[in-house]
Amino acid sequence: MPVEVRIPTVFRRFTGDRSVVEVGPGTIAEVIDQLEAQHPGFREQIITSEGELHRFVNIYVNDEDARYLEKLDTKVDEGDTISLLPSVAGG
Amino acid sequence: MKFKSILDAVGNTPLVEVPRLAPADNVRIWVKLEGQNPTGSVKDRIAIALVEAGEASGELTADKIMLEPTSGNTGIALAMVASTRGYRFTAVMPDNASAERVQLLRAFGADIIFSEGSKGTNGSVAMAQELAEDPKYYMPFQYGNPANVDAHYNGTGREILEDLPEVKAFVAGLGTGGTLMGVGKRLKEHDPSIKIVAAEPELGELVYGLRSLEDGYIPPIFDPEMLDGKVKVRARESILWTRELLRKEGIFAGISAGAVIWVAQRVGERLSADGGGDIACLLPDGGWKYMSTEAWTQDIETAESQVEEVLWW
Repeated sequence: MPVEVRIPTVFRRFTGDRSVVEVGPGTIAEVIDQLEAQHPGFREQIITSEGELHRFVNIYVNDEDARYLEKLDTKVDEGDTISLLPSVAGG
Repeated sequence: MKFKSILDAVGNTPLVEVPRLAPADNVRIWVKLEGQNPTGSVKDRIAIALVEAGEASGELTADKIMLEPTSGNTGIALAMVASTRGYRFTAVMPDNASAERVQLLRAFGADIIFSEGSKGTNGSVAMAQELAEDPKYYMPFQYGNPANVDAHYNGTGREILEDLPEVKAFVAGLGTGGTLMGVGKRLKEHDPSIKIVAAEPELGELVYGLRSLEDGYIPPIFDPEMLDGKVKVRARESILWTRELLRKEGIFAGISAGAVIWVAQRVGERLSADGGGDIACLLPDGGWKYMSTEAWTQDIETAESQVEEVLWW
């Protein structure tokens, strides 16, 4: 089973308008490498020049924010779902 | 209980155990019912703190109009405080906020300036920041004002510790970050091993249709280091668990309360494996303002689409 990556509207111009992209398992960093290989230009949208996750992007592995797991080293297994979402405020 | 003013009736909300929603025998879940505040939400606490901070600094004077970006609850609370103190108040709110919120604001005498619904509360923040350059306005700005955090440190967090000193984890929704920062600080000072976990909404495509990441927003008062975890929750799970709260425990809470309870289930499963204990959850408001979404009475698909059309966070 592949890993499903859900792409928000703001990034779909890099995925040929697709809302879901399938990749193989690995760490989040490896998943981003696969996304970059499939859709060149994707990486620089979510990773800063310092190699950190862009502060306005949240990456979730099965609903949990990866910042509170192992960040870019978080393991992603077959069948997992990764979601990329922009930060929004409430209140 | 006798109070000199409605403002004195803010806070000291009930902390109620919900045994039928505990995910394991060795885990107890307690819910703090912030819908019991005078305007029906947790935001009464910060509205008082924001107004008092503005008065103390001399920035909020009788000639100023208070202006605040809000998805609704903060606006309603500020309108209440404004009316007791004789200020005028204008809310900047997305045009897809629920009909009840618009009516309540108007009932409390507030003026409303609508921002584009597809930009969510981020759009209201940007619009209010521009408007606030006009000196006739005073903007308390809940997203950047430390009085927001202080209200929860001095009030909500203190109350939780008084009622539940053995608390092992705290779960609340992430909006401005005020609740999580203030309660988190108080609880971690008491016991650094207490876990602070945020529930975050996964909003509909409508709100995420943002044109660029620059439209993203992180409230200045939010410090991600205060949290031990953050979990996103869809409208569907939020509705289902809001229904569970009502059906199993007789608690009529707003939609985001369901998201908090859902995250508490996950936190509880881990806590159970780790020896068990008590989890405190903050339920920000009651269900009244969401009646028009038919969240409790429609089939789940219809309810979900109707909730996603309004700003439920």
